[in-house]
Amino acid sequence: MASTSIAPQLSRPLNRLALATLPIILALLVTLIIIVLVGAPPLAVLQRMVEGAFGDDVRRADVIAAWVPLTLCSVGLLLTFTAGLWNIGIEGQIVLGAIGATWVVRTFPSLPAPLLLPLVLLGAALFGAAWGWLAGVLKVYGNVHEIFGGLGLNFVAIGLTNYLIFGPWSQPGRATVSGTEPYPPNAWLPTLEPLRVSPAAVALSLVVLLIVYFSLRGTTWGLQLKAIGHNIRSAFLLGIHTQRNMLLAFALCGACAGLAGAVQTTVTYHRLIPAISSGYGYLAILVALLSAFRAVWVAPIAFVFAALSLGSRPLQIELNLDSSLGGVIQGVLVLMVVIVQGFRKRVR
Amino acid sequence: MDTLIRLLASIVADSSPLVFAVIGETISEKAGVINLSLDGSLMLAAMVGFAAAYTTGDLTIGFIAAMIVGALVALLVAFAGITLKQDQVAVGFILTLLCTDLSSFLGTPFVRVPGPQVTPSPIPMLSEVPVIGPILFNQNLVTYLSFITIVVAWSFMFKTQQGLMLQGVGERPEAAFARGASVQRLRYLYTLLGGALVGFGGAAFSLSVKLGWSYHHTQGFGWIALAIVIFGGWHPVRAAFGAYLFGALQTLGSNLQSEFTSVPIQLFQVAPFALMILVLLITNNAGLDRLLAYLPRDVARIIDRIIRGRAPVALGTNFQQE
Amino acid sequence: MKVELRDITKTFGSVAANDHISLNVDAGTIHGLLGENGAGKSTLMKILSGFFSANSGTTVLNDRPVQYHTPLEALAHGIGMLHQDPLDFPPLSVLDNFMLGERGFIQPRVSARRKLLDTARHLHFKLEPDSLVSTLTPGERQQLEIARLLARGAEVLILDEPTTGISQPQKVQLFATLKHLAGEGKTIIFVTHKLEDVEELCQRVTVLRHGKVVGEVARPFSAQALVRMMFGQALPRVAHPVFYFDETRLRVRDLAVADRRLRLDGVSFDVRAGEVLGFAGLEGSGQRLVLRACGGLLRALHGAIELGGLNLVGRHYRNFLQCGIAYLPAERLGEGLVSGLDLSEHFELARRSRDIVIDWSRARSLSEAKIQEYNIRGRPDSSVEDLSGGNQQRALLALLPVNLKLLLLEQPTRGLDIESASWVWAQLMARRSQGTAIIFISADLDEVLTYADNIIVFSGGHISAPVPARETSVEEIGNLMAGKQFAAN
Repeated sequence: MASTSIAPQLSRPLNRLALATLPIILALLVTLIIIVLVGAPPLAVLQRMVEGAFGDDVRRADVIAAWVPLTLCSVGLLLTFTAGLWNIGIEGQIVLGAIGATWVVRTFPSLPAPLLLPLVLLGAALFGAAWGWLAGVLKVYGNVHEIFGGLGLNFVAIGLTNYLIFGPWSQPGRATVSGTEPYPPNAWLPTLEPLRVSPAAVALSLVVLLIVYFSLRGTTWGLQLKAIGHNIRSAFLLGIHTQRNMLLAFALCGACAGLAGAVQTTVTYHRLIPAISSGYGYLAILVALLSAFRAVWVAPIAFVFAALSLGSRPLQIELNLDSSLGGVIQGVLVLMVVIVQGFRKRVR
Repeated sequence: MDTLIRLLASIVADSSPLVFAVIGETISEKAGVINLSLDGSLMLAAMVGFAAAYTTGDLTIGFIAAMIVGALVALLVAFAGITLKQDQVAVGFILTLLCTDLSSFLGTPFVRVPGPQVTPSPIPMLSEVPVIGPILFNQNLVTYLSFITIVVAWSFMFKTQQGLMLQGVGERPEAAFARGASVQRLRYLYTLLGGALVGFGGAAFSLSVKLGWSYHHTQGFGWIALAIVIFGGWHPVRAAFGAYLFGALQTLGSNLQSEFTSVPIQLFQVAPFALMILVLLITNNAGLDRLLAYLPRDVARIIDRIIRGRAPVALGTNFQQE
Repeated sequence: MKVELRDITKTFGSVAANDHISLNVDAGTIHGLLGENGAGKSTLMKILSGFFSANSGTTVLNDRPVQYHTPLEALAHGIGMLHQDPLDFPPLSVLDNFMLGERGFIQPRVSARRKLLDTARHLHFKLEPDSLVSTLTPGERQQLEIARLLARGAEVLILDEPTTGISQPQKVQLFATLKHLAGEGKTIIFVTHKLEDVEELCQRVTVLRHGKVVGEVARPFSAQALVRMMFGQALPRVAHPVFYFDETRLRVRDLAVADRRLRLDGVSFDVRAGEVLGFAGLEGSGQRLVLRACGGLLRALHGAIELGGLNLVGRHYRNFLQCGIAYLPAERLGEGLVSGLDLSEHFELARRSRDIVIDWSRARSLSEAKIQEYNIRGRPDSSVEDLSGGNQQRALLALLPVNLKLLLLEQPTRGLDIESASWVWAQLMARRSQGTAIIFISADLDEVLTYADNIIVFSGGHISAPVPARETSVEEIGNLMAGKQFAAN
């Protein structure tokens, strides 16, 4: 597979502004065509989407709530992308984080919240890290491309979740797709009732964002990852621990994803459900690609993506359109950015 | 015996969509272009194929529409990857997600509606041949086409001048250029051709094997197809064999599932993916070299050839004509 | 066919690779095109063979001006070029390579095989149609390309540095073939930077320097005059100082190394502190394997690599680094530098500090100091891929730790201009005088003879005893490289 650098180069701010608006316009155009194609009224769709994302406090808070796991995953991916690695296995790492969180809750159900919640986060991070590390081991020692290793592990993780939900962790007397038994309230990360957003989770993702931002910018380890991502042979000859650093990048990305899994269970669902990742892992890959792997851009882009995803939810009920429209817009947007970048490279 | 024959016949039929997909992707990659979007493009093609056939009532239109969709997605990969020199893996991944969501968005009206399907058409005489007849010649047109695709792809690649140039373009584009190939054009052509075959495979799912349309109807098969291309060592016949092997394992799994009810059902769902990792682990492993070193040279070389394929040298790279 | 190039100019960016060059070659002659690296020979020949289009100028074949824009069209006009690295397809078979690019639909395997064997027999080549090209020697790959070009109607054969990397017998055979072809009326243009090739083969020679024609001479050639044309002045042969310390720095004993194609056994030699040891040999004779094993980049099968009494075989590459061994690869951007990173990032990485946090202002001043000291044309924030080859090599030398016990170099001056090359050697000589032992591989025999104290010659999986450079000659080393006299050792 292509070993060339995956980091696009963006330079001057003004250029960047022009470059940022053109793909957005193109993406909106393409989306417009698609909406017209299915015979839906574009303005109504837009209105419903804006309302769906920002219509009232609950919805605004929901966008923030979705922003948290998305940001956690995107930030984790900055580490692997910087090292030149395609951590597609991040979906499975979220799932394992959720499994780890549930395991901790089931093991210590009666611990008081101030003790239990940190333990849940730790457990989730460790489970996610282990799953990420496994993809790394397959890549580093087994020569299995991380895309296929990670993908296989994603499916295995989903299988494992289903097994747990329908098997050992099923609700007493009935095993259903609705998931495991709900967590006891002491395992719920407190939210600002009646909103579904947890300030602690927001703070957690901001802290992780800052740590990753600083690590990539100002530490020897971050520089080493960058060298590995650009040219692993040269990095090795310069004396960098290439294998160890790649495994570490995988594991730390997995830990971030695991935290996202913990947020999914302790804030959003309060249980383990089959589709616990909500697809945030794959979506985070788009966020990371769009950010050109810069931490500062991750937060705003993740916010826009979260708004798009949530904004398209009411479409189903109100206009009888599938909520995947949000995903379509996100995909078209990233595609247009890549294409516009390509044109710019060509012109030079 | 009859059960076995029925089983084999169903494996041959059920594997046909994957056969189209893996051969299509093999052709693209042989020319040096990775079309990673398979999981999405297969799904979108399945949806469009079904929708077109359902709306027009004409199966042929369904297959043609699916091929056009597959080729269009491939065109995007080719344009961004070849002309704009962007990372083919990134573009492919974006398209995977985009096409998946697009299939859900556009396919809503067609979810779980009964639609047309390809009917069996046994070949007279041939289908009467014992054993082979019922397995190979008591099938539908799509399955026969999958056989033909294997043979045609193999003969084209290894028996024609154009096939030789196809390999040349993927192995060493600058040398192919020196011999008169317009590298970019050929890469476009074969990426589009491969994409069209993938699209055909998508329609083969929704119109012949896994009938109809539902959300994420073919999820996972695209990724499996990409892994089979590697397993197949970029050889069309070996790749087709990989598709049949996967089909056999799936059938085996669902049969074992009903036999051993104590085993969790998820194990069988997960098995193909675990197996995919295992196969890639074995075929790519450097440890294999050490193992082979103990065998006699000729034996080692034959084993090496059988289990390990070599990717086209210029796969995923850009060619800049001076 | 008579070939004329009139007033050819070709620029890349602001650099004129060919500056109003004119060249006349008569049919049935072997014409040399001589010049050092970067003189513009290859560019001119790529224009003649259709790879490049000239900015201005005319190509005239048999007194008729012609125009073409691709190699295929050039071949249709009868012009075929054999590139330094033959443009073939190593994963495919000889027969596939021979057929690839011909018109038609079904592969004419039977007739193509016959044609291949006929052409090969006519040229006295031995080519096995079914072997994979990846298993051929460089010389055989050349033969295949020559056979293919002739079978497809080439009347003019351009050969770009064909004697680099082939064995002595293959060279002898190549020259015989070329003379035979010239006798049949084919036109041969022979591009080289080696005087001895020109003297052996060519009837006339045109010398290029800095993109311009500096002279054209006919037999008999005066080596002195040719050198003066190539370099502007006769090259002063550096009398190298012979001094090194008594202390044995590196002791290699009974070392066995192997890759997929080659295995070397029983390699033993010593290097003293301050000694410069040159590894000579045709490419792929095992010198790179041994050098990589000494640098910790290739795990030796068995044997000993001792530095200061410590056996390093089986240790990790980083242990080698910690012992004061450094390795400078030939591919500067492939294995040495990290494209996309700037110079200060490189210097920061090369410090291998245990600091967790980087002090960027200190890193920048450190890198500015190094840039000054090593005279690198670049700034701390210059990306390394934007530097010229010479400046990349300077940067690589600047990245080395100050106190080295052993420095290993692959092709230290490949692709560099004369000034950069001599600067590199000045640096290396300064290091050796501080006691660093140096081992280097070079395809340039003159470089080996000029700078090495002792020379080990690799040939076909064997190594010679160390030969003192003062007491040997190009001929002797060349014979050793070709595998002669190994029986005597």
